[in-house]
Amino acid sequence: MPYVQMPKLSDTMTEGTLVKWLKQEGDKVEISEVLAEVETDKATMEMEAFDEGTLKIYTPQGGTVPVGTAIAFIAGDGEEAPAAPEASPPQPAPTAATPSPEPAPQESPFTPAEPAAATTPPPLPAAPTPSVPTSSGGPLRASPVALKLAAAQGVDLSAIAGSGPGGRIVKNDVLAYLAGGAAPAPVAAPAQAPATQATPAPAPVQPAPRTIPAPRQPASSGDQRIPLTGMRATVAERLLASKTQIPHFYLHLEIDAAPLMTLRKQLNTPAEADETGNTNKYTVNDFVLKAAVAAAVAVPEANASFEGDAIVRYASVNLSVAIALEEGLVTPVIRDAQNLNLLQISQQVKDLAAKARNKRLSPDTFSGGTLTTSNLGAYGIESFDAIINPPQAAILSIGAIVKKPVLSADGNVVPGLRMDIGMSCDHRVIDGAIGARYLSELKKILEAPAMMLV
Amino acid sequence: MRTLTYREAVREALIEEMERDERVFLMGEEVAEYDGAYKISQGMLDKFGPRRVIDTPISECGFAGLGVGAAMAGLRPVVEFMTFSFSLVAFDQIVNNAPNMLTMSGGQFHVPMVFRGPNGPVHALGATHSHATEPFYANVPGLKVCAPGTVRDAKGLLKTAIRDDNPVIVLESEALYNTSGEIEDADTDLTVPLGEAAVLREGDDVTLVTYSQTIPLVLETADKIKAELGVSPEVIDLRSIRPLDADTVCKSIAKTNRLVIVEQNRPFCGIGAQLTYAVQRDAFDELDAPVTRVAQQDVPMPYNEKLEDAVLPSEQRILDAVKEVCYL
Repeated sequence: MPYVQMPKLSDTMTEGTLVKWLKQEGDKVEISEVLAEVETDKATMEMEAFDEGTLKIYTPQGGTVPVGTAIAFIAGDGEEAPAAPEASPPQPAPTAATPSPEPAPQESPFTPAEPAAATTPPPLPAAPTPSVPTSSGGPLRASPVALKLAAAQGVDLSAIAGSGPGGRIVKNDVLAYLAGGAAPAPVAAPAQAPATQATPAPAPVQPAPRTIPAPRQPASSGDQRIPLTGMRATVAERLLASKTQIPHFYLHLEIDAAPLMTLRKQLNTPAEADETGNTNKYTVNDFVLKAAVAAAVAVPEANASFEGDAIVRYASVNLSVAIALEEGLVTPVIRDAQNLNLLQISQQVKDLAAKARNKRLSPDTFSGGTLTTSNLGAYGIESFDAIINPPQAAILSIGAIVKKPVLSADGNVVPGLRMDIGMSCDHRVIDGAIGARYLSELKKILEAPAMMLV
Repeated sequence: MRTLTYREAVREALIEEMERDERVFLMGEEVAEYDGAYKISQGMLDKFGPRRVIDTPISECGFAGLGVGAAMAGLRPVVEFMTFSFSLVAFDQIVNNAPNMLTMSGGQFHVPMVFRGPNGPVHALGATHSHATEPFYANVPGLKVCAPGTVRDAKGLLKTAIRDDNPVIVLESEALYNTSGEIEDADTDLTVPLGEAAVLREGDDVTLVTYSQTIPLVLETADKIKAELGVSPEVIDLRSIRPLDADTVCKSIAKTNRLVIVEQNRPFCGIGAQLTYAVQRDAFDELDAPVTRVAQQDVPMPYNEKLEDAVLPSEQRILDAVKEVCYL
């Protein structure tokens, strides 16, 4: 069946956006011709044809659909393309399946610990009867049929004292309330026969208007509502999980960046090619990355992950580098960075950044990182604390190099160049002393930067 | 209408079906010369001869397998187990061969046969001879399982089972063999469909679901529930275990909002567990209380009489369960 389906291009991809059709409806396509560009949660990928024939398009440009949805059909000779996919896919309206960004509707007054809460609709507005405070003041519990009955009759359950276990409001409580207009006292005597079972004619109760779902923040004119891209949704999900599930702690160390700046200047001055034909310009970040890798080799306890019943200490340092993009954030990985020299690291970072900006990073570039660096120095940020990139155990927050007065060895105030490096650690893996050892190793390397060249 | 015993009803079903269809035959331990361990087949050897009423050696796996082969070859065997506790020796034939043959032969071989005999704990037979086997067999796609609890169903379900083109397990009850009940006259070709529960008593306040040999206990307790608690119980007999008629139960719950399941089998992965799943799925909004079960206690059946009584469903346990779901 020559349907073209939304491909699963990475492990975490659940839906994809059709950025652009490169073939039009009715075009003849050949096997392995590029049909379209698809945006996943991480990158924009080209999608090739696996069949030859005439193209019939189901998902318009800009549409977002779940993985596996038929987005087109390639009809062979004499074959008629179906007007629509066999299984009806979600409407291909742009961002149809994208999670909405507004805060979750408020579920109060229930606590998440109460199983009943999940199924309890917001209390309905009270019927025109005197309201009685809940007996327990605890979470509202009601049996399913009591909920149904209350909803049908427009009864405010919070006005009823539940007679069941744990204050559960049961059907009889609602019936008694309807019959008498007052909440029954919680039944203590077990001998009480369910007389109310004899279905009292429900008192005529004015059906109350139903409440509408919890409102969003009221929008003023000019406010923009920006649907989440796949990338933003992934960032949101992963960082929320990280900040809520990983016990972070934070360390900072100030580094004397003067030697580093001197060395960098020397390396970048001969703009002409060196003997290998290289004209690479080194950034401060290149040195920090190289030093971060070397420090991770020296303190392997920091190059690790928490895996539930074990800590995994990695043999290689796969360095994730956070790169800011207009529409989000990506962290491509420099693999086996312990085997790379400063030039190779510098070139790889430049290459990854260019690809990221053009959305040409392949999904496997994102997997397997063991340590992340984030650098906000270019914005003049002196110090910050990044959120750990799971499942890694640490992330470095690299600040700007700033000129500031410092005390020289002989006690005089002199101008100095300083850089703050922060380290956010997963305390399940990295204890304070390990993090401190890592940072001081990093400081030692950065303050004697020539060693990075040998 | 007339009155028969459950034992006579089973025998009548066998005789009628063997007279109607010459491919039907009865096979089992002591079914011929001795007239059956529970006298189900009394007089049938004289009536049908040794080719159709066959005494087997004490080898359940052997004669159950013989039955599967006979069914594949075009006969319609009725295999009697002296008790279903002994059917466990023939588990491979019942669970592997009989239900899977049709599918695995690509539709070439039907296995139209019946496994029948008394099932469930009776009285002081100990752990190995007191099994309620219905959860074991109801777990297998390709097997149908019924457990007639009334005289009328004992005949009608067995006749339906014999006419079915697939293996059917008919779980009778030693405790019910001597009970009497009303049934249509002998000349009525009585059949009862598989997969349909029956409402034995109508009520408004709580649904009591049961089947097979706990039916008399539940009906007696229902009187007490009405008299002592002022609660009106509806009593449902499942009759078939697989297919399971949850619809009838859910309809009743729509009226009563409460369910107590009284079952002779063990609780873990038992019939009530399966029914509870169906009820919470299909009648969730009708429930006023969690579903409650009164099953065997989850232990090997004790031989000691007093301990056995404590393991089996009892009037007191049913009353307690009803109070619980009615918040009394």
